[in-house]
Amino acid sequence: MTDFIIETSQLCKSFKEKAALRGLDLRVPAGSIFGFLGRNGAGKTTTIKTLMGLLRADSGSAHVFGSPVTDADRSIEVRRRIGFVTEDKELYPYMTVEQIICFTRPFFPKWRHDLERRYLEIFELPLKRKIPDLSKGMRSKLMLLLAISRDADLLILDEPTDGLDPAAIEDVLRELVAIAATSGTTMFFSSHQLAEVDLIADHIGIIDQGRMIVSGSLDDIKARYQRLRVVLEKPVELPVRWEDGVESVRQEGRMISLLTSRNVDAIVEQAQSIPGAVVERYPVTLKEIFLEQVRSN
Amino acid sequence: MIFRVNQSSGIPLYLQLMEQVKHAVETGALREGDQLPTIRKIAEDLVMNPNTVVRAYRELEHEGIIELKHGSGAFIKKPSEGRVRLIRKGQAVLETAIERLLSLGLSEEELRRAFEHELSQANAKRAQGTAKEGKL
Repeated sequence: MTDFIIETSQLCKSFKEKAALRGLDLRVPAGSIFGFLGRNGAGKTTTIKTLMGLLRADSGSAHVFGSPVTDADRSIEVRRRIGFVTEDKELYPYMTVEQIICFTRPFFPKWRHDLERRYLEIFELPLKRKIPDLSKGMRSKLMLLLAISRDADLLILDEPTDGLDPAAIEDVLRELVAIAATSGTTMFFSSHQLAEVDLIADHIGIIDQGRMIVSGSLDDIKARYQRLRVVLEKPVELPVRWEDGVESVRQEGRMISLLTSRNVDAIVEQAQSIPGAVVERYPVTLKEIFLEQVRSN
Repeated sequence: MIFRVNQSSGIPLYLQLMEQVKHAVETGALREGDQLPTIRKIAEDLVMNPNTVVRAYRELEHEGIIELKHGSGAFIKKPSEGRVRLIRKGQAVLETAIERLLSLGLSEEELRRAFEHELSQANAKRAQGTAKEGKL
């Protein structure tokens, strides 16, 4: 249990007649940067709200730091260890930046004044400005500051870079990897930006229609997913049944393109057994994996 | 030492980092005893996951290219003499081949593609060979 900071099993949640989560299994290893991917409405925010205890699941289980999320007795203790950035980036509208920081501080005994000062400077936040007068990017940065300064063991970030300009995204991502490198904080973040997930995540999960369809270490996934290009000398009959693990086959003339999701060596061997075939292997990007899996699901 | 990664290539980032360190050693940009940047420095400079850098360094250590000294960082190890000679020899063979091909009028791009193609052909043949041996 302790190997996974977040662990859910067969989590289900419906809103009226619409099922948002349909048996979600999620495992976030300690110390990982976990990228949580999915299309709009796939169930990302519902998952995050359930983990934070803001929604109650209909069935299944969810544990954070080994405690069930429904355990009221341990709720405060668990929450002190979590930094949370919400999707809507909403904060009390009648407060200024300075006031929300002063208000948040006393809830967290391990508050890091040094980090608070550092991020005020890096993120260039105006202390006296009221929250509704901040841009969306500034509100994201302010929420990150509040989440990071409490010295959390787990950061749960719902679209942390949404609405930020490219320079601000770079700032935020750089700070996240710096925190991961120095403190070993586990980070669970949802994002639409596949390129940024590809860079900073070491584990990913792709959720679609309330279920996890791909999950694991990013390096392992990339080793399993490969594009094979087969060039034929002359048109010949192709295997009717490819080995297991072929996700898609596309043919244009004498050129065949295959996407594998596992079992790569056996598939290469099968392709090479076609008379006169030359087989080349190419790596695929996270974007290709995402699009292929979400479309075929 | 400045590293770069290309995340749109699809090649795992730790492999790209490893390749660059090896290349730097082969060309002499990094020499025995040189210190590599810290994990945190690379992670921040390239905005990449620190565990990815850790993995690249571990694998490089496993291959005997660098040495990880606890607490003080990563250092380039003395390459084995045999390996260095072999690489130099290979470079010389390539140099003559490239000169000849260029003098025949092939463009750099054509050469690059031909090289990649022949390499994958050779790999495929070798793989087929071992597969057949396995079956016998």
